[in-house]
Amino acid sequence: MTPMLRPRAPTDDHPLTKLVLSLVAVGFIALFLLMPLVTVFWEALAQGMDSAIAALREPDALSAIQLSFTVAAIAVPCNALFGLAAAWCVTKFDFIGKNLLVTLIDIPFSVSPVVSGLVYMLIFGLQGWLGQDLRDHGIKIVFALPGIVLATIFVTFPFVARELIPLMSEQGRDEEEAAVSLGASGWSTLRRVTLPNIKWALLYGVLLCNARAMGEFGAVSVVSGHIRGLTDTMPLHVEVLYNDYQYAAAFAVAALLALLALVTLGIKSLLEWQFAGEIAATHSH
Amino acid sequence: MSLVIEHVAKRFERFPALKGVSLTAPKGCFLALLGPSGSGKTTLLRILGGLEFADAGRVAFDDLDWLALPARERRAGFVFQQYALFRHMTVAKNIAFGLSIRPRRTRPTRAEIARRVEELLALVQLEGLGKRYPSQLSGGQRQRVALARALAIEPRMLLLDEPFGALDARVRKDLRHWLRGLHERLGVTTVFVTHDQDEALELADLVAVLNQGRIEQIATPAELRAHPASDFVADFLGQAVPGGGVVPLRTARAPTLKGKIFKRSEENP
Repeated sequence: MTPMLRPRAPTDDHPLTKLVLSLVAVGFIALFLLMPLVTVFWEALAQGMDSAIAALREPDALSAIQLSFTVAAIAVPCNALFGLAAAWCVTKFDFIGKNLLVTLIDIPFSVSPVVSGLVYMLIFGLQGWLGQDLRDHGIKIVFALPGIVLATIFVTFPFVARELIPLMSEQGRDEEEAAVSLGASGWSTLRRVTLPNIKWALLYGVLLCNARAMGEFGAVSVVSGHIRGLTDTMPLHVEVLYNDYQYAAAFAVAALLALLALVTLGIKSLLEWQFAGEIAATHSH
Repeated sequence: MSLVIEHVAKRFERFPALKGVSLTAPKGCFLALLGPSGSGKTTLLRILGGLEFADAGRVAFDDLDWLALPARERRAGFVFQQYALFRHMTVAKNIAFGLSIRPRRTRPTRAEIARRVEELLALVQLEGLGKRYPSQLSGGQRQRVALARALAIEPRMLLLDEPFGALDARVRKDLRHWLRGLHERLGVTTVFVTHDQDEALELADLVAVLNQGRIEQIATPAELRAHPASDFVADFLGQAVPGGGVVPLRTARAPTLKGKIFKRSEENP
């Protein structure tokens, strides 16, 4: 009888190799992900909690925070709806030009946000195609809320669709076909079969979309016009403060932004942990 | 009052799936569409279910212009190869689905739906499993839930796509006899797709043998065995009936090495 030979570790690399590799990985994460985050909070609190809070209660800061939330509150539901519609149409139907549509959905990820901001300037700006007509009718788009919302919607468009498309194509069309053959209308198929199967992915998409919507800088910077207390969002306000050498205040607002992102990720992880079983069940059984 | 299919044709891009298929089957009949993969049998079934649209041809059933009816108004109970149970609903909710989505005027009361679900669970021998989720069931149980769900809408026609394709050989034989018995009790016109000759010959009243989008022959199992109309039919059946006979009901349950027990299911994705 030969005894069962069991290797003590899954690989036979030298222990030193493993140690070095692990250190490189951890060091990389610490240097590039953790350190900036810690620095932001460190700098924000450098002059104490009170001064950080005071910086956030300043009228321009308050208006920036309010604007960011307003923009997210409009852009995120829009993109949740667009993303759902796009994913539904791409995964449940066949049509000519489908691949093109999938590629188009990714454009905001590949195009620099500044470019998309400039496009809106070109269309709606005073010197743009529609600029004169809009001015004649007293409609303000760029340098106002509508422009910022449009730019944010553009930049965050793919988040929900990208989250839903892989899941929905994995789930296939069988359940929808079954629902229809049992007499369900399109609407009740969507509401009673499709939505319950994708609700978690939809929620992730919405959370990520929200994080990005509040954090977007480039595209918004072009269309906002930087009117302090009026069209500055939180990221823009950070830049303004920083350029004014108000470092503590800049970092206070930046810390708030970072905190919102962390809360978003926290909610996501919490949901994943809480509903692990249910989430697994929505993938192929 | 029978199922009449006339010159039904369907192309997928450049591939002709059905090249003008015609057949007639009496009401209440158990019809098998038999053929190798790519023969068009599943396409024909999906056209009957309204999940695919024919390019040409017509279908009459029950004095209805069948193809003109939208899928949701046909009341064709469709059982999918992979069952397509609603994974986020319990077994009871799955079975109740077709009733609970009806418009308020025609929807049975909650108690009535619950009673129907219990009846159907008993019919498919799954009493007490109503609160389970599909992922907690075996393949054979899921199959029967899918059938109960299709029966809940009191279908005019029952359509089964490779009903035993995803099951192992033992369960397959058991379910086969059970399904035949059920059909005799309910008398619903049933069309089922299979690539398994044994299955078709043993279960069906009528077998339509399809090959490359055409019907080679449509006949009763006995006739088919005695007078295959073409070399293809003879060849296709020849593989499966070594003794030329049907396995008797009683011995089918006994483990036997006769015939092909392990058959690769070609059409599984």
